[in-house]
Amino acid sequence: MAEAAAPRKRVKGVPEKLHVWPYLVRLEFLCAILTIVALTVWSIVIDAPLEEAANPTKTPNPSKAPWYFLGLQDVLVYFDPWFAGVVAPSLIIVGLMLIPYLDVNPKGNGYYTYHERKAAIWIYCFGFLVLWIALIIMGVFLRGPGWNLFMPWQYWDPHKVVALVNVDLPYAFGVRTYNGAMLFGGAVVLGYFGVGTVIYFFMERKALKNVGFLRMFLKIELFLVMMAIVIKIILRLGFNIKYVWVTPWFNI
Amino acid sequence: MANNSPQIPKVAELMDKIKSGKIFSEIAKEITESQIWTSAFRHGYADTPRNRVLQIASNVWLHLHPVKIQRHALRIKFTWCMGGITFLLFLSTVVTGVILMFYYRPVGEYAYYDMKYLQYDVPFGMLMRNMHRWAAHAMVITVWLHMFRVFLTGSYKPPREFNWVIGVFLVTFTLLLSFTGYLLPWDQLAMWAVTVGTNMARATPFLGNEGPFAEFIGATPRYDVRAMLIGGSVVGPPALLRFYVLHCIFIPLVAGALMIVHFWRIRKDGGISGPL
Repeated sequence: MAEAAAPRKRVKGVPEKLHVWPYLVRLEFLCAILTIVALTVWSIVIDAPLEEAANPTKTPNPSKAPWYFLGLQDVLVYFDPWFAGVVAPSLIIVGLMLIPYLDVNPKGNGYYTYHERKAAIWIYCFGFLVLWIALIIMGVFLRGPGWNLFMPWQYWDPHKVVALVNVDLPYAFGVRTYNGAMLFGGAVVLGYFGVGTVIYFFMERKALKNVGFLRMFLKIELFLVMMAIVIKIILRLGFNIKYVWVTPWFNI
Repeated sequence: MANNSPQIPKVAELMDKIKSGKIFSEIAKEITESQIWTSAFRHGYADTPRNRVLQIASNVWLHLHPVKIQRHALRIKFTWCMGGITFLLFLSTVVTGVILMFYYRPVGEYAYYDMKYLQYDVPFGMLMRNMHRWAAHAMVITVWLHMFRVFLTGSYKPPREFNWVIGVFLVTFTLLLSFTGYLLPWDQLAMWAVTVGTNMARATPFLGNEGPFAEFIGATPRYDVRAMLIGGSVVGPPALLRFYVLHCIFIPLVAGALMIVHFWRIRKDGGISGPL
């Protein structure tokens, strides 16, 4: 009863409501007209491409996927197709769907805020703007014949010579036997996920009770997978590492 | 001479009417009280609160909206208008796509030449094709921006979790719609882009012939998930037909159904998100 008597603070902040007709409908109408005009002008000015007829015996170099998939095609440089082409896209879709169930921060619901949810904003912006958009821009403009990297002012030389100097991570650490390399690589990959998970759970041990084990576990594993892609890119570009873990069934 | 002087105040009067904007209401009155207008429209529209509500509630196309909306939901800075534009672009691709379907046959021998026919012989064929393609590309961009806006405003948070999930499905189907359409021109660009894309499927763990653990399933180039998708071991005429059916029938129907749920849930989850 004491609670019922307490002053209801939110009354003052209740937003004013407006009629959808005319205020929203006229805005939508205006937006629609502008969009259609822009689309029409764009379609009059620029023609859709039509190259020569499809020819299965003549492979263009480079062969590029539609532009919106070029981020994934670029990840193919660093990972085998089963990961870059199948597992990674699946994880992106599942991970995106899980966002509302993993992000339990009640703040920032329905308004722009950076300070109330810094981590969420950072992770999403990194994934979307860097790993998705920046890689697409790179794939469209900077990837030439042989999927080699060309700067905008460079000639797309189909005969560009690229030294194949990549080695596997266990080899770089001096492991020369096949089974030894497999154990070493496995230890590195599983260790990365294990240590990452343990550190996260230790840092967030107070939140465990509220957030729940499964939420925290999925959150950190998805984050670690995303970061693993970045780490692999750095290992390849900076240290010429081909695979971290080589097994008879799959390579990572 | 004498009849010149009374006209001077009339010009000034006219200028006053233009400056004050009164001229518009006078013109409107002139039109709406004319015999033609009154014969066509039986009564006028009185701008009353009741009529404003009825305009939405008793109109089959507009009743998707609530009759009232929070002030912040009108701000472009808040909504970016991207969801609505995405839907509009989808409708544009439906209209232009149906027109293209009158001229295009998804058959290996004909498809490319139907494209040429569309571009050079069909009146406005090139424009229809351009609008279809550019609307599709624009839709990919606007749907990403819509998703980005929804994330930045935290609009996926309770009670809107499930609508975000539907939205992720819709993003995926937008990309698949665009991808299946990419093959249909049946030119080099189309064939090889789709070859690159569908080659990924053969690396599917267990289900692709080059994927990890394929040996446990017995997947071969002619018998795996990629062969099912493109109807063979290379991107050929069967792939063209499959992508055509997926592009024109299957995915639009599924995406359309999901859009219905998406829009309905916006209403059921309390309208467009806003500060609680």
